[in-house]
Amino acid sequence: MSNPDSLLPLPPATFHILVALADDDRHGYAIIQDIAARTGGELKLSAGTLYRSIHRMLEQGLLAETRERPAPELDDERRRYYRITPFGTAVAKAEARRLAQLLRMARARGLAPEKP
Amino acid sequence: MRLYRILLRLYPSSFRAEYGEEMGAIFARRRRDVSGPLAIAALWTETAAEVIGNAAVVHWDILRQDLRYTARTLSRARGFALTAIAIVALGVGANTAAFSVTDFVLFRPLPFPEPDRLVKLWQLTPNYGNQQLSPANYRDLTRLSTSFERVGAYTNSSMNLIGDGEPERLQGAAVSFDLFPTLGVQPVIGRLFTAADDREGAPGTVLLSYRFWQAAYAGDESILGRRLTLDDEPFVVVGVMPRDFQFPTRTSSEFWRPLRLGDGNYEDRTDTFLYGMGRLKPGVALEQARAEMQVIAAQLERQYPKDNDHIGATVTDLRAELSRQSRMLLFALSGAASCVLLIACANLANLLLARALGRRQELAVRTAMGAGRERLVRQLATESLTLAILGGLLGVGVAVVAVPLLGQLVPQALPMAEMPSVDLRVLGIAALLTALTGIAFGMVPVMRAGGEGSLGGLREGARAGGGRKERLRSALVVFEVVASVVLLVASGLLIRALWKVQATDPGFRAEGVVSLRTALPLPKYESTAKRAEFYTRVLTDVRALPGVTSAAYISFLPMVMRGGIWPVTIPGRAQKATDDDNVSLRFLTPGFFATLGIPVHAGRDIRDSDTADAEFVAVVSESLARRYWPGQSVLGRHFSVAFHDRAIVGVVGDIRVRGLERESEPQVYLSYKQVPDGSIINYTPKDLVVKSSTPPEHLVPAIRGIIRRTDVQQPISDVRTLNAVVEMETASRTVQVRILGAFAAIAFLLAAVGIHGLLSFSVSQRTAEIGVRIALGAQRGNILAMVLRQGAWLAAAGVVPGVVLAYAAGRMMESLLAGVQPGDAATYLAAAGLCLVMTIGGSLVPTVRALRIDPVRAIRGSD
Repeated sequence: MSNPDSLLPLPPATFHILVALADDDRHGYAIIQDIAARTGGELKLSAGTLYRSIHRMLEQGLLAETRERPAPELDDERRRYYRITPFGTAVAKAEARRLAQLLRMARARGLAPEKP
Repeated sequence: MRLYRILLRLYPSSFRAEYGEEMGAIFARRRRDVSGPLAIAALWTETAAEVIGNAAVVHWDILRQDLRYTARTLSRARGFALTAIAIVALGVGANTAAFSVTDFVLFRPLPFPEPDRLVKLWQLTPNYGNQQLSPANYRDLTRLSTSFERVGAYTNSSMNLIGDGEPERLQGAAVSFDLFPTLGVQPVIGRLFTAADDREGAPGTVLLSYRFWQAAYAGDESILGRRLTLDDEPFVVVGVMPRDFQFPTRTSSEFWRPLRLGDGNYEDRTDTFLYGMGRLKPGVALEQARAEMQVIAAQLERQYPKDNDHIGATVTDLRAELSRQSRMLLFALSGAASCVLLIACANLANLLLARALGRRQELAVRTAMGAGRERLVRQLATESLTLAILGGLLGVGVAVVAVPLLGQLVPQALPMAEMPSVDLRVLGIAALLTALTGIAFGMVPVMRAGGEGSLGGLREGARAGGGRKERLRSALVVFEVVASVVLLVASGLLIRALWKVQATDPGFRAEGVVSLRTALPLPKYESTAKRAEFYTRVLTDVRALPGVTSAAYISFLPMVMRGGIWPVTIPGRAQKATDDDNVSLRFLTPGFFATLGIPVHAGRDIRDSDTADAEFVAVVSESLARRYWPGQSVLGRHFSVAFHDRAIVGVVGDIRVRGLERESEPQVYLSYKQVPDGSIINYTPKDLVVKSSTPPEHLVPAIRGIIRRTDVQQPISDVRTLNAVVEMETASRTVQVRILGAFAAIAFLLAAVGIHGLLSFSVSQRTAEIGVRIALGAQRGNILAMVLRQGAWLAAAGVVPGVVLAYAAGRMMESLLAGVQPGDAATYLAAAGLCLVMTIGGSLVPTVRALRIDPVRAIRGSD
């Protein structure tokens, strides 16, 4: 599973979770909120979709549960925090490249607006 | 919130434990954000759909993960996996095959609509039990009865077909027009017989079997209306019956012609040749119909006291004709197959148990790394089921191969196809067996893993194996030994029975005798002189062939035709209806006794000069002389048989007309010339026997040529050696022995594997202990004794109850044993001896391994 391309294309939920964890470790609910915020409320992951994706992503080595807790005042004892692994980052980059390529092709045929 | 928790139960419990709480929290927030009954309902609908979908995905993920893990572990333990799969395959395959055949013969509905309402009608006679009916009795019984919706009758018939090619002998039946409507069958093309077809003197009509239609006319539909010449008479084809219609039996169903009983047929009430078939009215039980038959029969007996003296009547279901042996055999087969499956399961349980013990460390490590108990259980269950399913698939393959083999056990007496097939129902049974096997042998290690999901395994290392578990494993091995002893004894008894039957003297010498049949058609050969001319020409030419020492014609070959029974009357002797005065009657040409090597003890053979003008004579077998004139000379004495008084001119040795396993009636042989024209036509000689030193493949074409030159329209059928006839007598026994023997061999092998597995495991577990013993000065002999003692104990513990059970099984299958005692000592000794061999064989490798243990390395290796 060392080749990031082997997992492509990623399911949308998986890609969103990777993006949500790209800059910071988050717990489950924070991931949902982050995705909702970035998509303008268009995509609200359900708890089931979130955790079964996380379950699989842990298995695939895209994520790791982190033992470092955030500052005590922000921490919630009961929560688990997740961090993107280097492999996860590589996979997210590969997926982004794939999507960009698709977009370029769509543009070349006038199916998508030019870069703003 | 409670409802959400219930929904969460759809997830695997490990997943729930991991994420359940947080999912609950997230859902709670969401729930707070909505208000209004409509919005709440929408949230719940969405959530329920979401949980169901996601739970399925998670289950699938885990299954995939487990399967990957299973594939990895099994490919690391390839020997174990292959053994386990092979064991399941054997068990499931043997069971599926045995079930297919047993179901096919004993339980599957016969291929007629509402077959439960179909019954067969019989006359009951004091000495022969169920017997065919005379037309008059059939007519009266069915006319007076109120039990039947419809009735029909038939009798076996064979006719010579003269067509474009070689003349052919066809086997079929003469049926009354109402028989097929009674059975509820329709032709594939054309029509059934009508009452008009079934009247005496009506133009000939015939129905053909599907198989014959395909073979002889390539399924050409223009066959309808075509004219065939059967026994020199024209018959018009009116229809073709369906492919699976095999009536009366699969060996005699090439054509059907109308029965056409005439007034003459109703005159003689003792001429019994009809099979009656009835369809019971809805709601009438077999017992009711039987009771009614008894009442009517009693009435007829009063009405016709002479002809119907002691004649009863009864009805039976269609499978009643299956012999007790056939039934017993199928039950024995199913029993043996179940034994094999049980042994297979026990062996697998043992294999997995040993493996689970060996894997305790692995499991403990996984537990320590955070795998929940449920995950481990699930993983092990996946592993067992994978093995079971692979084994089950292979088992279906085994069954597909085995069913045709077992199909040889299907008795010929049933109106059904020859070969049972592995059909969907049977596949279903196989699937069920597979699942059961999976659960059966999957449970043991799973329960163990479940019960001890602690770190104990890690600390103990691989040395565990403690008392209780070893006892369980020993018990399983003992059980295997028990079952294999039962199967060994059962097949041993059958082998003894086969030997005994094979050693039976048939009373004649079959070596070098070839036989074939030329059934002379009527009315062409109605006159005795015309037949005599045919026989004389054929026999003169055949006897002149190089290598031929003698040849003769006879009514029926022994063992091929077991009936042909006629009562005799002895002058001056009071005879009662209950006396058995029946003899096996045959008409023949001179030379029969010489051809079959039957000793002539006194007097002479039949001669060509024994004509209708000379004194009527008979040659009798010794047993007839003993029955009526014990200790006296019988030459010249008179008795009456076949409508005539006859003088005894010769006494010959008895032969086994009814086959090797049954005493026959005394035999009476009459001259083929001493019978009036058109009388007793069933008994006209039709089987030619030739003793020759020429091999059959050269002899038979020469005989065929002679018959063609004598009568170009005469078909030849049933070409066979007399040796083949005698071998047919033991053919089904040979098949039985082979099949049960195969089961016993499988059981034997599995039990040996079981002993081997247990001892190997126990030696490997005790390597350190044995090492210490050797270091402390134990002799090799002591170690040897220690391992062997364990093996011997297992064998002994299995043999004792095994022998008891085997005796019970032997008693149950006594009807298959041809008089061999179910407690036959030699068989039990042989079985016990084999068990000894099995134990030693199974202990060999572990013993050698124990003896080779190097004390220094053994003690060091355990830390």
